[in-house]
Amino acid sequence: MISAAVPLSCAGGGDFSLIHFFLLSDNMASSEDSATEKLTAPDRVTPKGDTSIFNSMAFRGIAYQVLLAAFVILGGLYLYINVNANLERQGIATGWSFFNENAGFDIGESPIEYDSEDSYGFALWVGVLNTLRVAFVGIILATILGVFMGIARTSRNWLLSKVANVYVEICRNVPVVLHVLFWATVVRFLPHPKQAITPFDGAFLMNRGIVFPIPNEHPAYIWVGVAFVLGVIGAIFLGRWAQRWREMTGQYIPTFLWGCVIVIGLPLAAWLVQGAPLTWNVPALRGFNFQGGMALSPEYAALVVGVTVYTAAFIAEIVRAGIQSVPHGQIEAARALGLRPRFIMHYVTMPQALRVIVPPTASQYLSLTKNSSLGVLIGYPDLVNIGNTTLNQTGQAVEAIAIMMIVYLSISLAISTFMNLYNRLVAIKER
Amino acid sequence: MNDTTPSAAANPRHTAPPPTERVAMLRWMRENLFNSPINSMITVIIALFLVFALPDFIQWALFQSVWSGDHEACRAATGACWAVVGEKHRPMLFGVYPYDQHWRLILALVIYLSVIAATMTPAFWKVKILMPLWIFNLIVTLILMWGGVLGLQPIETSQWGGLPLTMVLFTGTVVFGSPLAVLLALGRRSHLPGIKSICVVFIESLRGVPLITILFVAVNVFPLFLPEGLEFDKLLRVMAGMAIFFACYQAEVIRGGLQAVPRGQIEAAEALGLSYWQLMRRIVLPQALRICLPGLVNHIIAAFKNTSFVLIIGLFDILTATTAVMEDPVWRIFFVEAYLFVALIYFVFCFALSKYSQLVERWLGEGRRF
Repeated sequence: MISAAVPLSCAGGGDFSLIHFFLLSDNMASSEDSATEKLTAPDRVTPKGDTSIFNSMAFRGIAYQVLLAAFVILGGLYLYINVNANLERQGIATGWSFFNENAGFDIGESPIEYDSEDSYGFALWVGVLNTLRVAFVGIILATILGVFMGIARTSRNWLLSKVANVYVEICRNVPVVLHVLFWATVVRFLPHPKQAITPFDGAFLMNRGIVFPIPNEHPAYIWVGVAFVLGVIGAIFLGRWAQRWREMTGQYIPTFLWGCVIVIGLPLAAWLVQGAPLTWNVPALRGFNFQGGMALSPEYAALVVGVTVYTAAFIAEIVRAGIQSVPHGQIEAARALGLRPRFIMHYVTMPQALRVIVPPTASQYLSLTKNSSLGVLIGYPDLVNIGNTTLNQTGQAVEAIAIMMIVYLSISLAISTFMNLYNRLVAIKER
Repeated sequence: MNDTTPSAAANPRHTAPPPTERVAMLRWMRENLFNSPINSMITVIIALFLVFALPDFIQWALFQSVWSGDHEACRAATGACWAVVGEKHRPMLFGVYPYDQHWRLILALVIYLSVIAATMTPAFWKVKILMPLWIFNLIVTLILMWGGVLGLQPIETSQWGGLPLTMVLFTGTVVFGSPLAVLLALGRRSHLPGIKSICVVFIESLRGVPLITILFVAVNVFPLFLPEGLEFDKLLRVMAGMAIFFACYQAEVIRGGLQAVPRGQIEAAEALGLSYWQLMRRIVLPQALRICLPGLVNHIIAAFKNTSFVLIIGLFDILTATTAVMEDPVWRIFFVEAYLFVALIYFVFCFALSKYSQLVERWLGEGRRF
């Protein structure tokens, strides 16, 4: 009933009033003076005798810009003077000399060696690395979960699409702060190390975090890594060559299959050639805590799970929209040509869907990286957390916050540059 | 097509009885659950999972849960402890606001939410109705919260808390942020290089940093900007920070809408002799805002969720209040129930808003169908 009545009002008078709804303040003023408001002649058609410089578009343009620039510069100067005066009055030092002073605080976890004797600068660097550690792992996990959920939402299986739908709606309508806080509390209430939960042999979940076994270090692994990189490069070249071959001869080479063989096979071969060394570093309970294996702190686990689950819901929506943006006729045409389903996915659906998917996904990656700053909330030593400690200890708020902003800006810039490059690969090639 | 017409009875092909409901259901299942071997497998796996997990969950949430009573009863039960919500909902919803004054907040919330409901009804979409309604709403709710007049006990903003504070932050963000967003978007589309570059730098640098850093600036750095002796309320500073942050994101959405307005519209308006502001207000913005409505609503929802970031700087919004309440050693093990309650409040608001925006899109789409 409502939907039938409203279009009428939309087409008529209601049309304009919806916009008033957005521009309330603006339009209140306009409704008063609209009667007296006369439509003046545009400045370009200068009437005879009215050649005042104030009516020149060029002059006005310059004047506006000069005024704005003056406002920005003078305003900045005023704030600068105030900040200096305030800092002097409160006896707070300025400048970057605190960078080399002893930090004097401990950091719960660090990918590089750090102790409280190290400098503030080094402590902040540890924070940057910790932030990147969350962002990198979070982006990978969120992409996997998000793509899976997005495809599940478009599935022809009713049950699967409904389950994915419920996940997306619940997760994206609850603030990320609550996600992170919830998981942090869950981890805190896990059992003590002595009663740790073992999801599989050698792995333990407890209130001190998560530990799981990793292979012991061995010189052979360097060559495995080299072989992996070579395999990836080889697969890329194979893909290019196969495409050219297909265009020339019409013969299809299963690139994906052979690519997988190269990427997995080369490192495997390198490993086997060197005698297949493999011993596991299994965590074991010693005293009150586990030794050995790979340990993830509870804060890290909570932060990664929280931001991943939240961001994946958004990525799932983007993937769904991307897949559904491909006109159905495209797929029908491909079927009519006799393409097999996986070729339809590879050559028809994905190239068109990716154009829609990539740009918004890039901004989701950015927001995940920025949301990793919630570490400060749950005690994970990310950049904001360490910056905040620095701020509280030195009192140099301006410098500490400036560092955080500069680092995040650089990370954002790096991610968006990378995603723009990728976007150029998948964007429509107009010739 | 003609199945229901009387002539169908005369046609022998239409005399077969309609499929029974059972057959229809089986057919629906075959088409939607078992339409391929892989899909059948997925269906079975999910169904098995649901059969095992769902009854346990329902038992936990409904049948074995404790709805009222003290923490002893909760510890004795195996189910959820909803009693924690009953016991603690006042400090969760209203924070540290004086207990005997809570009626003021309840009244303010009722007024506020009914004004929002009215705003969402198309019949009220007139400036002459909405503008006075919102001015009345803001004045009344602020008087109720602040007090100090009409015999109401004055309450400092530092004592405001819970859901009303979330609403105040959200409203302030959107009300102050939206006009700024329009200005920034117009500035970024300006042909004057000076104005354009300042807007680009402002928007992009704020979009590149986390909201937390903006809040830190509002709390730690902003007081340093002011001359000695001049101070701003912390709540106001945080609100300003969130509004600016919101405006930068919204400006990008509006810019997308501005770009989608056909060039001919602008040329026609210029030919009619409209000035820049007339052109924008009467021709471009109405079309642009309608085009980017879904994006606008998305960021309004995001602004609501972002109010929870104030937990970090110690303003008592609903999430901070809940976290503080759950420090209570007696009740703290029932954090899941408490967080679920808060999550439900956020969910209801955000979900309703997103469904509403889809509805509005449909209304607008119907009006525009050529």
